[in-house]
Amino acid sequence: MRRHTLALLVLLVLLPSPKTAAATDELRFYLRSEPKTFNPLKAADDASETIRYLTGGVLVRLNRDTQKLQPELASSWKVSRDGRQITFVLRRELRFSDGTPFTAQDVKYTMEQLMNPDLHSPTADSFRSGSGKIECEAPAPDKAVIRFPAPLAGLDRLFDQVAILSSQSPHKEMAVLGPFYVSDHKPGSYVYLRRNPNYWKRDSLGRQLPYISSIRLDIQSNHDIELMKFGRGEIHLINSLDADYFDRLSATSPAMVHDAGVSLDSEQMWFNQVATAPIPAYKLRWFASRNFRRAISSAINREDLCKVVYHGHAQPAMGPVSPANKFWFNASLRPVQFDPNSAMQFLRADGFQLVEGKLRDREGHAVEFSVVTNAGNRARERMATMVQQDLRAIGMTVNIVTLDFPSLLQRITQDFNYEAVLLGLVNVELDPNEQMNVWLSSSETHQWNPKQKTPATMWEAQIDGLMRAQASTMDDRLRKKDFDLVQEIVAEQAPFIYLVNKHALTAVSRWVEGAKPVVLRPQTYWNIEYLKLDVERDDNGK
Amino acid sequence: MKRVRQAASVLVCTLVLISVVGGILSHFDYSQQDREQVNCAPSRAHWLGTDDLGRDRLARLLHGARVSILLAPAAAAISMLLAFAIGAVPGFAGGLAERAAKTVIDLALSVPWLFLLLIARAMLPLNTSPAASAMITFLVLGLLGWAAPARILLARARGLRQAGFITLARSMGAPPARLLCRHVLPNLRPVVAAQFWISVPIFILSEANLSILGLGVAEPLPSLGSLLRELESVLSLRADLWRFVPLVVLVLMVSSLQVAVSRQEVYS
Repeated sequence: MRRHTLALLVLLVLLPSPKTAAATDELRFYLRSEPKTFNPLKAADDASETIRYLTGGVLVRLNRDTQKLQPELASSWKVSRDGRQITFVLRRELRFSDGTPFTAQDVKYTMEQLMNPDLHSPTADSFRSGSGKIECEAPAPDKAVIRFPAPLAGLDRLFDQVAILSSQSPHKEMAVLGPFYVSDHKPGSYVYLRRNPNYWKRDSLGRQLPYISSIRLDIQSNHDIELMKFGRGEIHLINSLDADYFDRLSATSPAMVHDAGVSLDSEQMWFNQVATAPIPAYKLRWFASRNFRRAISSAINREDLCKVVYHGHAQPAMGPVSPANKFWFNASLRPVQFDPNSAMQFLRADGFQLVEGKLRDREGHAVEFSVVTNAGNRARERMATMVQQDLRAIGMTVNIVTLDFPSLLQRITQDFNYEAVLLGLVNVELDPNEQMNVWLSSSETHQWNPKQKTPATMWEAQIDGLMRAQASTMDDRLRKKDFDLVQEIVAEQAPFIYLVNKHALTAVSRWVEGAKPVVLRPQTYWNIEYLKLDVERDDNGK
Repeated sequence: MKRVRQAASVLVCTLVLISVVGGILSHFDYSQQDREQVNCAPSRAHWLGTDDLGRDRLARLLHGARVSILLAPAAAAISMLLAFAIGAVPGFAGGLAERAAKTVIDLALSVPWLFLLLIARAMLPLNTSPAASAMITFLVLGLLGWAAPARILLARARGLRQAGFITLARSMGAPPARLLCRHVLPNLRPVVAAQFWISVPIFILSEANLSILGLGVAEPLPSLGSLLRELESVLSLRADLWRFVPLVVLVLMVSSLQVAVSRQEVYS
């Protein structure tokens, strides 16, 4: 009896555990938070957008690698000359995950749902070009025509975000055309996706995609846990790593970390230029001065920021567009060189003088200001401390203040009770139209001086004109010319002092085949249909 | 037990002394960044290595310990003053004042202090120097940390109110202010002292908590709490044990202070 028990124990130990068995065909990674919605038209948070990307079928898809549009549910499309109409020719005989057929009626239904003001869809805002109504027609089962009241530049790219809903399915948004569908969801714990049996795409050998049968998305916001689980092979992808974690993983598993190069994200500083801000008038005069801002910009050693804070996984920023944005980046821009002498020249031109090591303005006020950043972000706190030392070298005193994010937002968007801010901008979209809210002087998110009735400066008026001009032109070359000028004005006037562009750092388990991390989101699983899991692979991918 | 207390007291005194005269142990400025020497291991020049901005860890530890050791008692003194005013005085007066004080103390004890500290921190003026910010941080801690000692002082003062010697003094016509200063205060002194020494490590730890949230003493000024931020992620579990020195100092400081305060004083 004792021998039998022992044999049974040995057998149990030798049998593969359920976890190992699941690992053979189940991709696992973490969502940082609970998805707020499964309705793809309402997705605004990262987690919901992840679900939308993995489950939603779109008419056209922006290839995250080439940054060019490619056909998906629409085999072809055409934008009219006036930019007010787009016609899609749809693939035939496609079915939603629940078996209901896909037709042009579904495109019409989706657009109607999307533009329904009661839905408050953030995706719909991009389509609102004028005061009129958007009209959608389905003249044939495989043809959809959408008309807009006013021209929309970059119209076709906007459909990358529109997951098509079924007009007939009783399952509503849970019936999908993407590679996976939501099979199970335990709020606060996980979302489980299974392969869509009706997915239309096939590989070059005619095999149905996706290769992976299921995805488990556990909800976990703790980066340490994510890193440990990745190290143990319990999750397979980390979409975004910071430099410290990247180097740590790199030391132990260099084949599993990927630096895809400079990303779209930037870190920047700006000064409060709101005329009614509750700060001393002489400081407002400093902040409104181009020379003062350019002096600050020249006195900051960006190379050091990249080296010390990001361990070399960043590069000095040149302007509002990262070089990762292949088409819209103005290649004539250069990073501001670290040059304290040049900074002093700018300051002297405005009457500033060094008196016993302290910089004073022409009225004798010592140059001292605070830089606010969000508490808990170590990289930003380190950058602020480095900027503090750099500016001390030209006689300025900088006080660093870290605030919890809600308090920080309150100060920079409501009270305007701040002097300078160091924050980052996360860019998801490539098209400059998506930055209209930042550049138009009347906008609420024109951070340094929002909601202006008329532009406060000539150069802001010029930016307003150029941004509006590029938005109403259909020719991408003309649009680029206008937006290049915007970038040059911003570099010249320095309303934002761009510091660094971070690299896109990711981690992919050695068991994942076919991954090709890129700088655009979602960095690691943008080609999810082609990813395979092979738990037999070794560190060299063999 | 007496020997342990003595050892703890000696340790506290040594830590205070080292932090106050620590300048002679490190020739580096606590804020000076050497960007070519980031995260270096201990060496002859940098006994505890350098931090993630290339600053000498020993200089920062000595200065940080000084900030915490000097300001935490100041905060504790403020909270004791408030505790005496809000707890002991109404407790001795009795009646409506005592009931009102009890309600206020219960309310104060039920407030989630961390959130209140975050709010208070967010409302402070932005343009303050790092030294001023350190003082403000501990001042806020002192202003908000009176409730627990106030409850103890209230109970003790209520007991004194009915004591025979107080009744005798009152019957001889001693005015309330004289009763409070000449009779109640000396009798409360051991409790106040015990509460004071209990509060000091609590304030050091509270500042450490705020610092770990990034809301403590402002850069580049160090404090024991802000130095602990190097340990806030799994990365700190690396082999470089010298990162743990601030934690060791904090634990030694807090536990020594706790041991140095006798049980007799706490429960007297």
